[in-house]
Amino acid sequence: MRLLVIVLLFGILLLSCNSPMPTTKNLTTKEKPSTTTNLTKTVADGMPPIYEHFDDLAYIFQQQTDTTYIINFWATWCKPCVEELPYFEQLTKKYQGQKVKVILVSLDFKKQLETKLVPFLKEHQIQSEVLVLLDPDANAWVDQVDPSWSGAIPITLVYKNKERAFYEESFEDYAALEKIVQPFIK
Amino acid sequence: MKKILGIMALLVIAAGIFMATTTSSSSSLGEGLAVGDIAPDFSLKNIDGSMVSLASYEEAKGFIVIFTCNTCPYAVMYEDRMIALHNKYVDKGYPIIAINPNDPSIKSGDSYEKMQERAEEKAFPFAYVFDSKQEVFPAYGATKTPHVYLLDKNRTVQYIGAIDNNARDEEAVSTRYVEDAIDDLIAGKQPAVTFTKAIGCSIKYKKG
Repeated sequence: MRLLVIVLLFGILLLSCNSPMPTTKNLTTKEKPSTTTNLTKTVADGMPPIYEHFDDLAYIFQQQTDTTYIINFWATWCKPCVEELPYFEQLTKKYQGQKVKVILVSLDFKKQLETKLVPFLKEHQIQSEVLVLLDPDANAWVDQVDPSWSGAIPITLVYKNKERAFYEESFEDYAALEKIVQPFIK
Repeated sequence: MKKILGIMALLVIAAGIFMATTTSSSSSLGEGLAVGDIAPDFSLKNIDGSMVSLASYEEAKGFIVIFTCNTCPYAVMYEDRMIALHNKYVDKGYPIIAINPNDPSIKSGDSYEKMQERAEEKAFPFAYVFDSKQEVFPAYGATKTPHVYLLDKNRTVQYIGAIDNNARDEEAVSTRYVEDAIDDLIAGKQPAVTFTKAIGCSIKYKKG
């Protein structure tokens, strides 16, 4: 309960000031995937966790567990991203309770978080975890996601511990997405 | 004659790369150009109806080729900076040539007519040409908008990447990659930074 209050407070703070909030990373930092519930609540309240600096978000690519992570970079202004989002949602729903976690990293612009991103998440009742990355110096962090990434979105990274697969493309349908995830889920 | 043969050879190679990769399931269309490669010339229709090629710029000392479009927010954020960049360097021999690589059947806002509208609204001082056959962007290896290729007089690629280091906030820009690279070229030096990455919108083309 106390955690919920904290989460709510963060949400209100974020909505009211929009200033750099490095503390938001505490919501997820180095925690196990069991935090999904808390994060879903954050989304339901409106604003997902916001990261000003890539370094604060880097841990999501480095989890050394037996959970399969599917990390998608997207934005509400990116048409192919929005088109494939339902497939990621389907994945989240299908593998609920299993060691599979979808993280949607939004690259929406700071000014449009309240006006576009939050309404979008509500309208589409997005269940997957959503994080916002605002770090503008892409040249400094694109290679950290994957050296082969040109910088175009959408991209999808699937990993489990040391195993990794990177896709700089969008998925035609749910089957295409599940096909690249399945080898990780044994 | 030699030049024409060279261009033809490059086109054949570019076409070969294009054909070879479109059949594979790879995420990119091909390797494209790397710094140091000779960029192929092209002949594409400008918004004023004229055909534009690199060879048509007889006075140029180099070219700022930018794959961009109407619809990508990142491209739009850079429109004013592209205008400023062109105005700053065109008299020094480095014009911008903006190329829209998107398939308008996927992104209707990137049609030739919409390009004309946008160019007029913004009074683009540079050529804004349409890669209608979608052959130029794969030959260059462009994957997103905006995506810059800085060429010298001999069409050798000197820099590939972003315009500067802060797409979202021009006032917070601390490094202007393209300007720095051109300044180095003008000073007779190799650009210190030859490759950067930036977020952008994927170029829209039909797969398969």
